[in-house]
Amino acid sequence: MSKILMVSPKKCTGCKTCEVICSFTKTSAFNPKNAAVTVHDYEDVGIAVPMMCMQCEDAACKNICPVSAISQNKDGTTLIDFDKCIGCKMCVSACPFGNMSVSYENRRLTKCDLCDGAPKCAEFCPSAAITYVEATGLNILRKKELARRFKDLAEEEV
Amino acid sequence: MNAWMGTILRVNLTTGTVIKEKLNEKFAKDYIGARGLGTKYYMDEVKHDVEPLSIKNNLIFMTGPLTGTFAASSARYNVVTKGPLTGTIAASNSGGVFGPELKMAGYDGIIFEGKSPKPVYLFIEDDEVRLEDASSLWGKTVFETTDLLNEKHGEDFKTSCIGPAGEKLVLFASVMNDKHRAAGRTGVGAVMGFKNLKAVTVKGTKSIHVADPKAFFEACKDARIKLKANPVSGAGLPAYGTEVLVNIINSVGGLPTGNWQESVYDKADDTGGESLVAKYLVRNKGCFACGIGCGRLTKLTGKYNEIGEGPEYESAWAMGADCRINDLEAITKANYICNEMGMDTITMGSTIACAMELYEKGYLTDKDLGGKPLLFGDAEAMVDFVMKTAIREGFGDVMALGSYRMADKFGHAELSMTAKKQEMPAYDGRAIQGIGLNYATSNRGGCHVRGYTISPEVLGLPLKMDPFVTEGKANILKIFQDLTAVVDSLGLCLFTTFGIGLPEIAAMYRTATGIEISDVELLNIGDRIWNLERLYNLENGFTKADDTLPPRLLKDPIPAGPAKGRVNQLDVMLKEYYELRGWDAMGVPTKDKLKALGLV
Repeated sequence: MSKILMVSPKKCTGCKTCEVICSFTKTSAFNPKNAAVTVHDYEDVGIAVPMMCMQCEDAACKNICPVSAISQNKDGTTLIDFDKCIGCKMCVSACPFGNMSVSYENRRLTKCDLCDGAPKCAEFCPSAAITYVEATGLNILRKKELARRFKDLAEEEV
Repeated sequence: MNAWMGTILRVNLTTGTVIKEKLNEKFAKDYIGARGLGTKYYMDEVKHDVEPLSIKNNLIFMTGPLTGTFAASSARYNVVTKGPLTGTIAASNSGGVFGPELKMAGYDGIIFEGKSPKPVYLFIEDDEVRLEDASSLWGKTVFETTDLLNEKHGEDFKTSCIGPAGEKLVLFASVMNDKHRAAGRTGVGAVMGFKNLKAVTVKGTKSIHVADPKAFFEACKDARIKLKANPVSGAGLPAYGTEVLVNIINSVGGLPTGNWQESVYDKADDTGGESLVAKYLVRNKGCFACGIGCGRLTKLTGKYNEIGEGPEYESAWAMGADCRINDLEAITKANYICNEMGMDTITMGSTIACAMELYEKGYLTDKDLGGKPLLFGDAEAMVDFVMKTAIREGFGDVMALGSYRMADKFGHAELSMTAKKQEMPAYDGRAIQGIGLNYATSNRGGCHVRGYTISPEVLGLPLKMDPFVTEGKANILKIFQDLTAVVDSLGLCLFTTFGIGLPEIAAMYRTATGIEISDVELLNIGDRIWNLERLYNLENGFTKADDTLPPRLLKDPIPAGPAKGRVNQLDVMLKEYYELRGWDAMGVPTKDKLKALGLV
């Protein structure tokens, strides 16, 4: 079975270590605004939520890409082929979670690629708010519940 | 440049001009960043005899080369100026996310000169920098100011600002960033208020580059693994925050109680980290890129019904044990008020404790206090006076001067528990000898984070030393003070030193900057920074006579508890300390020493 990034907002301290190391992994420099993961800290209610690509089974980014630059590998990870990508940013608009972004560093698309199977955000998260775990039945239910809430939120905003 | 951004903002508040200038690379190499670099710029440009609250004083915000990187706990920036509370050099640092954001806008720091004719704030969005009218923000709290700036410019903006206390020149006003994080000590917020500078709000989209990304990553990873494995930074602090210390320090008989009349508090546990977690903790709050996460996001549900941050250990002590108050709800509320009004919690609580003793001894009367008594243990009065001080109402106007000036006004300066007019925090120098020497020699007055000898003397890090003895304390203190100057100047949090030392810190510095420097040479920069600060204070007329402690610590033995009968043996340690520092018998650096440090 393939592994997924499991997010546990109740454990998140809002420290942005995930953002810092993600930006470094993608660009060899430090800038959370270039990260594929973003922490949203709602201090007024005491919850911080790290958000990154959910690696959707039926991925809107992949479906909308006009040049088929986005594909899924055997583990279900959605990847961008930068040789094919024309930079139209349709995928940025299509992603229901806002998990596609453009890097300030090189103007390329930034998207979680699970760091080739060893995600740095999970490795360095100090409080285990992000973990990389087998997508067991129990886990996937939790993740789906969380994803659904984000989807609801996104729909409310529209 | 690698690690540094290479640009300094120079803002003349009198004329309203903003200039971008190249970072002085020699200064950066010789003084690193943040505390050291800020102090070097400050001393080069401001005459030593300047009044802290005057148009000629400068205020400097400075980040360090590791600020905003993957280095462990690299959130910090320093505010450097001459402190109105102490008259010494003032360098006060803070975490959160503001410092990294400033750097990512492309700037290592900001030098504020002059005084604006009307309230202004500095707006920074990458290359776009301008002063904006702050008339509508004047009088607003730290939280309101931060929210209003986010509403106006967008929620990506990070803000450092003063509250009403800074505007009203409370001598221990702090500069607050990200709402709850404080450059708390020595009154840097009053200097900002005097300048009519309400806030700095910044958004940056630039990246911080390092010299050898791969090696830097490995150095940071190594440091993070060690911090995680350390019992203090990896377990105690994440579990209970700095408040974990209440019961630890009380158990060694070093928790100053009732304005330092005793050193054990029978109700300490009510105010400690375990109680805070059980009653009010919502979750831990980590500063930028921090693997420790000692911050406490707390919620009061009783009569106050608020969410906020803290208290930290020293804050909970000042407004708790020092006032003989065990009401953690009131302590937390007082802490929130200090944060939103922009005041230093340590000086605030200690000043109230001092007033309580003045009242107890009959030196202060109901009439002085506005018609009400002020007794030890009165939580309601404590909270009331915190707010009164922030807005300088009634006797709060006197408390706004800090405990030294307040006690002196009523003829009893000896009851002010200060060193160089700044309140000493939460660790009794009679029960823990080395920390007493640190208070006496700290370049910014009574302060624990200039040389935190609590690590070896109580926590046993990196080695256990007997807190009661004086042997070896001058030596360990010098090393700690120099290393702390390096840590502060790099933009790292001091708490990293629980788990890592000079080799790990130097490895991160070398790989980030590409500068070839040995571990010892880096520590020598700390020595240089320490001596630079010392020279500043000497120029300002401070002498050996100021390297001292309140008479209570030198003459009144601790009445009860594990440290019963002890006083601080400063004389013995100070002599040895001067020798180790290469200073003469009067505490003045010798010519040879200054030459060796490149300071002449």
